[in-house]
Amino acid sequence: MEVDQVVPLPRLPRVAVCGGTHGNELSGVYLVRELLKLQREVMKKEQEEDLKPASVLLVLSNPRAMQQCRRYVDTDLNRCFTHATLNGPLSDMAPYEIIRSRELNALLGPKGSPAAVDLVCDLHNTTANMGLCFIAYSDCDWICLHIFRHLQREMPDTPMRFLHFDVSNKESYSLDSVGKHGFAMEIGPQPHGVVRSNIYTAMKVGVQHMLDWVRLFNSGNVFEGGFVDVFTMVKHIDYPRDSETRNITAAIHPCLQDRDFCLLHPEDPLFQTFSGETVRYKGTEPLYPFFINECAYYEKGIALSLARKRRVTIPAIRVQTEQEQQPNEQGFASEEEE
Amino acid sequence: MSSYNNTARFSEARRVAIFGGTHGNEMSGVTLVNLWTKNGAEIQRKAVEAVPFITNPKAVEKCTRYVDTDLNRAFTPENLSSNRMSGNNLPYEVLRAQEINRIFGPKGSPEAYDVIFDLHNTTSNMGCTLILESSKDYFNLQMMNYIKKAMAPASCLVLLNEHPLLKYSTSRSVAKHPVGLEVGPQPQGVLRSNIFEAMRVILKHALDFIELFNEGVEFPPCTVEVFRVLERIDYPRDANGNIIAMVHPNLQDCDWEPLNPGDPMFQTFDGKTIHYQGSGTVYPTFINEAAYYEKQQAFITTRRETLVASAIKKA
Repeated sequence: MEVDQVVPLPRLPRVAVCGGTHGNELSGVYLVRELLKLQREVMKKEQEEDLKPASVLLVLSNPRAMQQCRRYVDTDLNRCFTHATLNGPLSDMAPYEIIRSRELNALLGPKGSPAAVDLVCDLHNTTANMGLCFIAYSDCDWICLHIFRHLQREMPDTPMRFLHFDVSNKESYSLDSVGKHGFAMEIGPQPHGVVRSNIYTAMKVGVQHMLDWVRLFNSGNVFEGGFVDVFTMVKHIDYPRDSETRNITAAIHPCLQDRDFCLLHPEDPLFQTFSGETVRYKGTEPLYPFFINECAYYEKGIALSLARKRRVTIPAIRVQTEQEQQPNEQGFASEEEE
Repeated sequence: MSSYNNTARFSEARRVAIFGGTHGNEMSGVTLVNLWTKNGAEIQRKAVEAVPFITNPKAVEKCTRYVDTDLNRAFTPENLSSNRMSGNNLPYEVLRAQEINRIFGPKGSPEAYDVIFDLHNTTSNMGCTLILESSKDYFNLQMMNYIKKAMAPASCLVLLNEHPLLKYSTSRSVAKHPVGLEVGPQPQGVLRSNIFEAMRVILKHALDFIELFNEGVEFPPCTVEVFRVLERIDYPRDANGNIIAMVHPNLQDCDWEPLNPGDPMFQTFDGKTIHYQGSGTVYPTFINEAAYYEKQQAFITTRRETLVASAIKKA
């Protein structure tokens, strides 16, 4: 790409890293705790040496669920961030997570306003064999796509994919949608309630590279353009269930188990019933499966999800200069509208 | 040694129970018991009454390990004693333990069930494991020997927990011959097809053994390799009790493999290695089981031992 095609984007002065949005996804819980510990030590040093404080907000999103080592207490926190839920009426009997979502919106948002943090990275684990995934609502947020590409280059031995859920800003429901930019960093496989050292380390290294990228970006670095393979969610498939009890009557087929992002063709095995029969994929289009056998999705009626892959070209980007910054301060405009 | 020359006689093992859902989020057992409750053809054997039973239905419904307290630790003499007043103040699982003891026990009495299989899953990479509570239970040893031979070359190991302090009061302990089935790795709340099928096969062989025994087959003396529980090792913690290190990548998933003094054991969150300081080689298992974080257990150590069982025959 040529130099005059570099897209200038607003600075990212405030970044939030959130863990424990689901209280039993432990890599994020332990990583944010560890980063908080380090930050306290650095801040002590900075106070002594009178240095500028760090601008990374470290947040433990769902402390009550963390304390009980459960996904949530009353309702899934990571579905509570739609505009409607954040701004609707609040009863006395409101679920814990609804109250918490408003606190988080006040801390990191308000969602949709100029005061929102510039980037939210929300840390998650999955029981599915997905490696490291970015999950975002947009397939043209150059910031998120460039961060992803940076991680791909810095962590070549880590399987990494960019997942896109095509949900409008109005309907976006997860914590990462509160920031001006945001994505979930989802790493698996890890059982809920367990921290696996290899998964924790991948998350720690991934977050470090993300923060390094933000510093480089803010300092004026030009990031050259290129391409990213984006997986866009198409549909979910539920387990076969008993018509009366709604209990599942089959398990993910052994040929599909752990084969996230391996192309699924029509007639490939999907499930194996408890009486040994194979249930096959009846779609007409080959698609990429992911979130195969994620524990938390049994209750949401999802055995696996399916995605289409396409190559997205990303432009070269750099931070806006002070002069370029000024029109932004007058009105809040996102680069997606350019 | 001379005692092994005599054939031990046991009464017919007619009354057999299969427990699932003792921990409500261990899905293989829940699924198998529900399946067999609906259609028990697969578990039927001549002269055997095999009863499938969900021990902790409330926990199963919530897909959680337990509601108030761990059912698989609740079968203590104190909890089961008839002196204890039944009432609303008791934890749900204690009430369940009393109920289960009424149906399948009483524990320690002649009326107790002959055999109980208790189905469990673990997040640890333990493969197929049978859990034995007494090294003197020749009936169980012979059954486990039979299962291991039937499964070969697939592995099925035996964990012996006879440790006076670490042994606990399990749901299956109500029976004369308690057998724990532990299959992993499987995340809590998840049903993996291969794990489910493995547990199904173990039970098939176990029931085949009981049928043969009840028909009068004599099983000659045998030796069984077991792993005897030695001690529990907790995670390193800070002054507030918070975990400060994880199972080391070199140890993660290495259940049943030798751990030598000096080998890496834990890795702190900032990357430092903590080494095993024991005096000799041990065989760790239950490495990184999710449910044991709250029980102060990162893994347990075992030593290999060969047990001998005398011949057995129906009385």
